[in-house]
Amino acid sequence: MTWTYVAESSPNDIISVKDLTKSFKDLKAVDNISFSVKKGEIFAFLGPNGAGKSTTIKMLTTILHPTSGEIILNGFNTVKNPKDVRKSFGIIFQDHSLDEDLTAYENMQLHGVFYNVPEDVAKERIQKLLEVTELWDRKDDFVKNFSGGMKRRLEIARGLLHHPKIFFLDEPTVGLDPQTRNHIWDYIKELNKTENITIFFTTHYMDEAARYATRIAVIDHGKIITEGTAQHLLDKTGKTNLEDAFISLTGHSLRVDEASSVDKLRNARKRMVGMR
Amino acid sequence: MNSVIFSLWLREIKKYFRSRARILGMLGQPILFLITMNYGFGSMFSAAGGGNYIDFLAPGIVAMSILFTSVFSGMAVITDRQFGFLKESLVSPVDRLQIFIGRTLGGATIATLQGIFVLVITIFMGIHIADWFMIPAAIGFMFLISLLFTALGTAIASKLEDMQAFQLIVNFLVMPLFFMSNAMFSTAGFPEPLFTIAKYNPLSFGVDGIRSALTGMSQHAMFTDLWVLIVVTVILMIIGSKLFSDIQV
Repeated sequence: MTWTYVAESSPNDIISVKDLTKSFKDLKAVDNISFSVKKGEIFAFLGPNGAGKSTTIKMLTTILHPTSGEIILNGFNTVKNPKDVRKSFGIIFQDHSLDEDLTAYENMQLHGVFYNVPEDVAKERIQKLLEVTELWDRKDDFVKNFSGGMKRRLEIARGLLHHPKIFFLDEPTVGLDPQTRNHIWDYIKELNKTENITIFFTTHYMDEAARYATRIAVIDHGKIITEGTAQHLLDKTGKTNLEDAFISLTGHSLRVDEASSVDKLRNARKRMVGMR
Repeated sequence: MNSVIFSLWLREIKKYFRSRARILGMLGQPILFLITMNYGFGSMFSAAGGGNYIDFLAPGIVAMSILFTSVFSGMAVITDRQFGFLKESLVSPVDRLQIFIGRTLGGATIATLQGIFVLVITIFMGIHIADWFMIPAAIGFMFLISLLFTALGTAIASKLEDMQAFQLIVNFLVMPLFFMSNAMFSTAGFPEPLFTIAKYNPLSFGVDGIRSALTGMSQHAMFTDLWVLIVVTVILMIIGSKLFSDIQV
């Protein structure tokens, strides 16, 4: 069943999205979008808050079912073969997803178990990944004692443990200082080059997109408005930097990004406990 | 044992033993109940010909601590959702049933341990154990109700996005389960429909099972308790695993 689509789309496409729509009650969060990402690309998915980025990523990563349309990822259909799809990617979520009561090493180990990485292989890779992300000497510390940057690096190390073909990064560098951002991006670029891992990321930092992405798609109100290289976007809008181009494409008005109840809870907790 | 189930079970155990505050916090309530109820009602209970109140009360308080610990362990799904770890496990290629079983076994093990701690305390408080060789049977009943209520907690938590409904669950489910049972008193004097509710409350069967194993006092035959608990546990495990598998994050 997936075969016909593999034949239809280019064999170089590692992600191919066709007529994808997601509706919530009275809102079309994603409105009939189609796009594809080639193997080895660094693909930036940009858009204002509430434009449909995270909803799209959730559908790409099988945790949300599309209302209609189809996604083929690494040759597998996200609805029909979610397990094979899940084996194909690694993901860094927008918000943290570590177990803070466990140590860095235990978080890595658990991931290895989830992805069925053989124990000896996992052991080797965990050491290598924690060394690269400069966390090896903190491996037995509880994650709750880590800084934001360290947690991010640990999540990146964890997301790579099972050698994914595609790496999804949903605002990976939000809240990090420029040093850490650079450090993380250098590592991601290196991975892209040496392991040919396809990178799919979202960000609100336009310079990040300009600097690292080989191709950019801009989504707004659930539709993809434009797609191409950073230069293409500049040419199209007649602007000199990507931030201006982005604003000229998506308008000046501020967006309402409704907080989920989880966010509300987290904020309430922040106020009460004064942490995180 | 399957490594996913084992690892998630181990995760619950590690987290439990690392949080001394949680262990002590969960012991505080049963100790308070044991002391105050025993001194408050003990003399009345014996005067009415009921015998040694602590013998009657202790199994009920053991069951109470298990009820609370296991419902809350099950509801850890909500905190895992809040802290994002739930997403990490749900985007992985692992069967959700395995995740559910690992979590539930872990939660149930903790609740049973907590029950054993309380049992040890009641021994110091003077409960008269009828037959020490029946202790394993009592622990078996404790584990069964632990599983039952962890599955219940997980089932509820799978439908909730945040802790806002937490008080609701405590006041309208956990507390009624506890008070409308035979944990602290005989329900013989309850009017209808309270009597029937208490009679079919699964906690009552659990308390009865533990009580008959420890002290020999019982309402039902031990096998009746056992079968009822097994059936209810299996039903709740099925419902819980279904609801857990359907979580979209």
